[in-house]
Amino acid sequence: MKFDQPAQTNPIDQLKVVGRATDRVDGPLKTTGTAPYAYEQYQAAANPAYGYVVGAAIAKGRITAMDADEARHAPGVLAVITAGNAGKLGKGSHNTAALLGGPEIQHYHQAIALVVAETLEQARAAAQLLRVDYARSPGAYDLAAVRDTATEPAEAMPDSRVGDFDGAYARAPVKLDASYSTPDQAHAMMEPHATLAAWEGDKLTVWTANQMIAWARSDLAETLGLPEDKLRVVSPYIGGGFGGKLFLRADVVLAALGARAIGRPVKVALSRPLMFNNTTHRPATLQRIRLGAEADGRLTAIAHESWSGDLPGGGPELAVQQTRLLYAGANRLTALRLAVLDLPEGNAMRAPGEAPGLMALEMAMDEMAEKLGLDPVAFRILNDTQVDPEKPERPFSQRRLADCLRSGAERFGWHARRSPGSRREGNWLIGLGVAAAFRNNLVMKSGARVRLDRHGMLTVETDMTDIGTGSYTVIAQTAAEMLGLPLDKVAVRLGDSDFPVSAGSGGQWGANSATAGVYAACVRLRERVAERAGIPPAEASFADGQVRGGGGRGMTLAQAAAEGELVAEDSMEFGDLDQRYQQSTFGAHFVEVAVDYATAETRVRRMLAVCAAGRILNPKSARSQVIGAMTMGVGAALMEALHIDKRQGFFVNHDLAGYEVPVHADIPAQEVIFLDETDPMSSPMKAKGVGELGICGVGAAVANAIHNATGMRVRDYPITLDKLLPGMPERAELG
Amino acid sequence: MKSFTYEKAQSPAEAAAAAARIPGARFIAGGTNLLDLMKLEVETPAHLIDVNGLALDRLEPLSDGGLRVGALVRNTDLAADARVRRDYPVLARALLAGASGQLRNKATTAGNLLQRTRCAYFYDTNQPCNKRVPGSGCSALEGLSRPLALIGVSRACIASHPSDMAVAMRLLDAGVETVKADGSRRLIPIADFHRLPGDTPQHESALAPGELVTAVSLPPPLGGKHYYRKVRDRASYAFALVSVAAILQPDGSGRVALGGVAPRPWRLESAEAALPLGARAVTEQLLAGATPTQQNAFKIPLVQRTLSAVLAEAQG
Ligand SMILES: Cc1cc2nc3c(=O)[nH]c(=O)nc-3n(C[C@H](O)[C@H](O)[C@H](O)COP(=O)(O)OP(=O)(O)OC[C@H]3O[C@@H](n4cnc5c(N)ncnc54)[C@H](O)[C@@H]3O)c2cc1C
Ligand code: SF4
Repeated sequence: MKFDQPAQTNPIDQLKVVGRATDRVDGPLKTTGTAPYAYEQYQAAANPAYGYVVGAAIAKGRITAMDADEARHAPGVLAVITAGNAGKLGKGSHNTAALLGGPEIQHYHQAIALVVAETLEQARAAAQLLRVDYARSPGAYDLAAVRDTATEPAEAMPDSRVGDFDGAYARAPVKLDASYSTPDQAHAMMEPHATLAAWEGDKLTVWTANQMIAWARSDLAETLGLPEDKLRVVSPYIGGGFGGKLFLRADVVLAALGARAIGRPVKVALSRPLMFNNTTHRPATLQRIRLGAEADGRLTAIAHESWSGDLPGGGPELAVQQTRLLYAGANRLTALRLAVLDLPEGNAMRAPGEAPGLMALEMAMDEMAEKLGLDPVAFRILNDTQVDPEKPERPFSQRRLADCLRSGAERFGWHARRSPGSRREGNWLIGLGVAAAFRNNLVMKSGARVRLDRHGMLTVETDMTDIGTGSYTVIAQTAAEMLGLPLDKVAVRLGDSDFPVSAGSGGQWGANSATAGVYAACVRLRERVAERAGIPPAEASFADGQVRGGGGRGMTLAQAAAEGELVAEDSMEFGDLDQRYQQSTFGAHFVEVAVDYATAETRVRRMLAVCAAGRILNPKSARSQVIGAMTMGVGAALMEALHIDKRQGFFVNHDLAGYEVPVHADIPAQEVIFLDETDPMSSPMKAKGVGELGICGVGAAVANAIHNATGMRVRDYPITLDKLLPGMPERAELG
Repeated sequence: MKSFTYEKAQSPAEAAAAAARIPGARFIAGGTNLLDLMKLEVETPAHLIDVNGLALDRLEPLSDGGLRVGALVRNTDLAADARVRRDYPVLARALLAGASGQLRNKATTAGNLLQRTRCAYFYDTNQPCNKRVPGSGCSALEGLSRPLALIGVSRACIASHPSDMAVAMRLLDAGVETVKADGSRRLIPIADFHRLPGDTPQHESALAPGELVTAVSLPPPLGGKHYYRKVRDRASYAFALVSVAAILQPDGSGRVALGGVAPRPWRLESAEAALPLGARAVTEQLLAGATPTQQNAFKIPLVQRTLSAVLAEAQG
């Protein structure tokens, strides 16, 4: 099915199931521990052996000698896989560095071996017996130091110039020129990358934890040099991904190689200390923002430049992309620069681009409002735009940013905000902060198959994944709505490359695109059912488990399938509506912080997000997505940072004790409001994504609240207490 | 983790004797620190002596009015004990500021005192670390040193001692009761229990080979107001950047000990005389001669400000 015209009224608009707060259908499996994650696929393959991944001890250089003899002869060891005996390996199109390194080493903890043994403990013990000699090469590990060598990544995002930025900036009566930095960050999801691999002849099945089944399959095929039809990728439950599981990683490749070597299934999970340097991370950025405005607050000049680094062949962090669209202003410049760094591979993490980009841009907007003497909410509304500022002939499909800001301000009690550093409660300095949230709505082709059996049970099959987001549930809701069934008559099967290819989970495109694919398949199934019932498809209506036509003709869906299962398959393909209309999601984040005057510890006291993101398919799981993302935004603002050892070239704090993410005690009351909205340009679902919108802008809202509390502006994230201490008032000064 | 042999000790004296006799033997209590280090092969004991069955899990009043805390009393139980909460609230607060509920259920008094540093390089066996491999160098000195120590350190090692409980024990002038391999018993003042790194950062305590901690005895209660203020990057479940333990008396006298700044709980009795002069004077004496790195120099003003807030609270 092709979606190239705005959506009309369709069965989803009935909202009998869709749009209602619905418990996750996979919830009971999760809470009872019976959802089989990759490492717990006990039924899938009998008697697996265990693999333990060994990471490189240097960041850049070569292995000059490797002695695996002792490891091979250790108790229980079945095989030691290295680049030397793995055979020729290719590289997946989404990977930058090789997933099995050696002799060349491209980054710290790049996998160099898999030790396979009867038990995990034996494999782990033997892994330490591997003797490896290295010759180090000098590498680049410090973004600031190599900043000036960075070049324009023209393929990823060329520089964009509109009007005459330099001239307009020079003429602007009010100006801001400020630099910001965001650190490298880790996804730090609960479930590590894990895979169980089993061969049957020349066919390989991997049970793994992956967000994008089709990418995993094609990249695995490329890496192992096998045709795709010999590979099956299964990933029904995923314990968090945040972009860290978008790609094929070493666990899959090494489990497959290990299983082939010993002729027996092998399972592999990355150990926690490996996760930070072996896999991908959100790259650090250095950003410079220049804003020029008229005295009345209208922006006339906007420039946003961002520097990031990656391994050779890697890509930039797209930290300026929102700046092309967020605010009006006739003269604009956005530019990315990419340097070569020999740190682990940078790649997507929840809201890549916007998350770090808005941490800078929305702090700059706060600073500019202050310079202009304007309220930050009013300043943003003043510079709102209903069209793409670079191409004014191109409107937004929906844009209710101003509504989000206005209604949020009212709800949050924004009027109570005082001038910086002037509100105190006991030992706490109190501040309020606001930031706009913005994230593009991406649409991706997505397919599904639906089966109706003679009990009237509908089964949906698609390779869509549920990474804890609630995909199972919104897909069940969609199918139930389309066929007029209650939720308990719908079964959803996800995450299997034997199923039709879907959009997968990434870029917050999953829920809207995947349900649109299910919609398409259900439209086909409705036709088949109507046919069976002898009703012209256009006249058929589906409700209460029945199909009905004019004159009361009809039957139950079970009857329609009595003679044999009815199966329909289709996919949703998206036309050029996203070219003709800019589709984005919007929000406003409001944050209240308290900063301890003595220790400069920041504690968030209240948070509110108002989101305008099309139809909300399941308010309950959508809220979960947004509060989770807000939590991550607090982490980014206050504590999360991978610390680089600039001599050795690696992230030092590579465990969950050293890489701090927020705990319950850090997160206060969170409120989420979704504006009532549908976007007929996005899909027949009229929905958009929310999973990433929730993190966009949060960091800046926290930072702006800290400024309001203390009067201090910290432009280098995270805003830890050591950065605030030098400017904190003495006790005597507090009065 | 390397393979190891295991025994359940039958009595404290036998445990100590076995530990001294068997090469590479270590005691295991809650295992919350030792097992993690064994999985990473930061520690590779050849033999574990499980001391959990030794009936050292009691709290007993002492004839002088103090309290004896068995070496195996769990952190949770110690923090919840009514006598501790009434007479030694600083200890209860320090305990509850540490780790998580689950960990405190397992963690023991002796294990807590003897837990090892959280220096990130200590945990990564690819990196030089004098504490893990004597003579290999200290990666933290010019690396990630933000969480580490700035006083009592040496060029060989700037690791900080991570315990909260130990800071309160030092403040209270606890005594560590032990039994040695030859069966003899002794009492080690807590001030002498943890060693400074010098050139041998691998040696962390005054214990002789095989010596087993059997209890920690607390002197009679001191009265006064008790404070344990732990400063950290997140609100819970994080090690202290700095912590300030204090007992302050109505007459302005008192005691102060610090966590997060030194290789052991940091207290200088001489500095306490300056309490009536305020936080700056006390901090100047407590941290005189500190050699911070660029990354952890902030701990000096942080200590002073935190102590200042504690003193203000005591007065108000
Ligand atoms: C994630 C995490 C967070 C933490 N956060 C904090 C925190 O915020 N604050 C804090 O203070 N602590 C924290 N801890 C540390 C925790 O308090 C210690 O791990 C615990 O107290 C150790 O006690 P245990 O009984 O488990 O010791 P074990 O691991 O069993 O032993 C530790 C050491 O003590 C030795 N030992 C044990 N008993 C005896 C004995 N009777 N005599 C002689 N030697 C003995 C062992 O041989 C070993 O070397 C944290 C730990 C973890 C894992
Ligand atoms: S500070 Fe101590 S523990 Fe850390 S690397 Fe240096 S020697 Fe090792």
